[in-house]
Amino acid sequence: MSQSPATNEFQSTVWTEDQPIVSVRDVHKSFGSLEVLKGISLDVMKREVICVIGPSGSGKSTFIRCINALTTIDQGSIKVKGQEVHDPKLDRLELRKKVGIVFQQFNLFPHKTALQNVMMAPIHVLKQDKKEVEGRAYQLLKKVRLEGKEHAYPGELSGGQQQRVAIARSLAMNPDIMLFDEVTSALDPETVKEVLLTINQLVEDGMTCILVTHEMGFAREVADHIYFTDRGVIVEHGPPATFFKEAKDPRTKEFLSQIL
Amino acid sequence: MEALYHWCRRLYDDTAINYTICYDPFDRARMAHGILTTIELAATCLVFSVIIGVVGAWLQGSRFVWTKRIVQGYIQFFRNTPPLVQLYFFYFALGNLMPRSTNAYGFQEPMLDNFDWAVIALSFFAGAFNVEIFRSGIEAVPTATVEAAEALGYSRLKAYMHIVLPLAFRVALPALNNNLVNLIKTTTIAYAIAVPEMLYVSNQIWSDNVNVPEMMIFLLLAYVGLVALLVWGMHRWEHAMRIPGYGGGT
Amino acid sequence: MSRRPVLHSASSDLPVLMAPRGLPHRAPVHERFTGLPMVRLEARHGLGLLLLFLVASGVAQAQVPPENPSIIASVIRWAPLLLSGFVFNLAISFIAMAGGTIVGAFLGIAQISLLPPVRKGSWFATQFFRNAPWLVLLFFVMFLLPFQFRIGGFTIPFPDWVKATLGLALPVMANVSEIVRGAIQSIPSGQWEASESLAFTRRQTLWMIILPQCIKRMMPPWMNLYSILTMGTVLASVVGVNEMLTLTQQALAAENRAALLVPFYAFDLVVFFIYCYPIARSTVYLERRYAVKI
Repeated sequence: MSQSPATNEFQSTVWTEDQPIVSVRDVHKSFGSLEVLKGISLDVMKREVICVIGPSGSGKSTFIRCINALTTIDQGSIKVKGQEVHDPKLDRLELRKKVGIVFQQFNLFPHKTALQNVMMAPIHVLKQDKKEVEGRAYQLLKKVRLEGKEHAYPGELSGGQQQRVAIARSLAMNPDIMLFDEVTSALDPETVKEVLLTINQLVEDGMTCILVTHEMGFAREVADHIYFTDRGVIVEHGPPATFFKEAKDPRTKEFLSQIL
Repeated sequence: MEALYHWCRRLYDDTAINYTICYDPFDRARMAHGILTTIELAATCLVFSVIIGVVGAWLQGSRFVWTKRIVQGYIQFFRNTPPLVQLYFFYFALGNLMPRSTNAYGFQEPMLDNFDWAVIALSFFAGAFNVEIFRSGIEAVPTATVEAAEALGYSRLKAYMHIVLPLAFRVALPALNNNLVNLIKTTTIAYAIAVPEMLYVSNQIWSDNVNVPEMMIFLLLAYVGLVALLVWGMHRWEHAMRIPGYGGGT
Repeated sequence: MSRRPVLHSASSDLPVLMAPRGLPHRAPVHERFTGLPMVRLEARHGLGLLLLFLVASGVAQAQVPPENPSIIASVIRWAPLLLSGFVFNLAISFIAMAGGTIVGAFLGIAQISLLPPVRKGSWFATQFFRNAPWLVLLFFVMFLLPFQFRIGGFTIPFPDWVKATLGLALPVMANVSEIVRGAIQSIPSGQWEASESLAFTRRQTLWMIILPQCIKRMMPPWMNLYSILTMGTVLASVVGVNEMLTLTQQALAAENRAALLVPFYAFDLVVFFIYCYPIARSTVYLERRYAVKI
């Protein structure tokens, strides 16, 4: 479970900036007889941006959902700020205050306006003051460049706009880490850019980000580290400069040749 | 079986739970007849209503405006009025107008008996829904498929029989299933015109033996059982008719 | 009970089987939830019924000897009584609907409980009362409940019509339960996930995110259920409640004229039509609006 039993207890309570903010060790996950993750390990430091790429069905989405316990894992360990996620006694509220996720399908609440979507969780989950939350929600929507759309319902917004509301909604919880699960895959090509721009802005603000993406150009631009997964394992990884030029594994090469 | 009869009598002696339909030969025969009547009623209506559905759906595709209108009028009437009032309408109002024949003993008797009227009313009732169910099934078959059949030399009727209906049937099965369940439940209204089906017979039995709770529980279980049997059978059928690559499975 | 199979494949470019084209119109969404047929009325049906009533009266009139009161006059004479019976039908339908809806809503939510006994128990209750014939349930309540209750020194009367209402509330409850479950399950799972990722509890998710979205989906099948219930209230006549159909039979017995049969029943049909028509129309309207939105 842990690398050094002696420090385990200490680690789970106190986390310092020199340790990885997300630490994944040998994670396995099966759906029935289908093993989707076959031993994934990686570390993410604070303020780091990592991209996970790979062919469809390679387990990328499953992996990213495991990090905030939307999917349980069968084996291994995931630690977020020293807190073990793979633990039946997990304090989910604490975890989700730290980790925000944005989905491929936006999943906005269609019966609430953009502003209400952003405000709901801080008010009902964090029990914060409504006035204060409202002010912050306006700021967040401004930050994702949706000024003037505060009172629009999701059905009245374009895909790109909806996705930016979803980003603002996650940010409202003040997370330390943001997960992006193929957030541009369901968008029209022309709206992809505005969403990527928003993510880029977050990266510049120093947000720790884990992205599953098919946007290679974007990955090369923003990522500190790139992981290539195929059939449930990490095949190859490295900083973008070397990863894209000097891929060694034949599977990586084939994938990159198809996509670039 | 003898053991069961004996056990039921013991049950009555020990606990006063009185299932006369189990140990009393007369009540047993009455109930057996009642159950058979319900099944016969349901099965007959089922067959007729499906026939009405198929023919009605065929007529709705007709080129003649008035054929379509008549079918439409029929559907709307039976869909939108209480089935019990329909049954009374058939039995009392139309039954009165039917000619009577004289039987072997010289008595006047109606041409159609209560059971026949129940079959007619319920078949038309369920048939009205079946027409629409089959119709939406037929509309699910693309015109391209029908054209392909016609290009191969099928006549309209043959294309309907061999290509459109088999496909439409698969689309329509779940809705048909729901409607037939409704039909079984609706057979109980035949009680109102004294058709000796399960509910009617049960009423007679509890009047004779004052064992209402027992008979009620038996009735509920019997109907739920009948419906479950139909649903199970239809699901088996649905499963057997599934086309690989479409729906369910994956 | 049964799910409509998706016979059109999204991945295939060739339309082997299209989605049933008339679906939103012919086989509405909610029939998937309840299996209940949808009541669809249009103005011309009312005209048709009215025509039936008038023609029947006319035909009957022709058979009546001139010295007898005319058919229309007889109907008008009995109309107040028949209508008072109809008010009874309405009272039964209101109360049965209200009670059935409240209990059914909780039963429906229980059907998606995480506790297996609660989930299975409520599923069983729903299926049982949904698949038992309405008339049998009516008899069940009629005969098994006492005609009065004694609580302490008080005697609470329990008249037939209250019992009939209870009997009709049972299938309403089961159908509402199924409507609620169907609506909850028709909400995309992404909504649950998004709420979970924002740390909403299951209860918060259900009451603040899922159920508000369900209301719109539940309205048409719920209103349709009400139409069916209203037509079902005539079943109470079989167990001797003095509602419209019972009074019709009594009136016919009092008049003892065969010629009145068709006009009287036709009159009943017209009355039911006038009441159900606006409900059925708005159901269709909501159904369409909902279909467009998605």
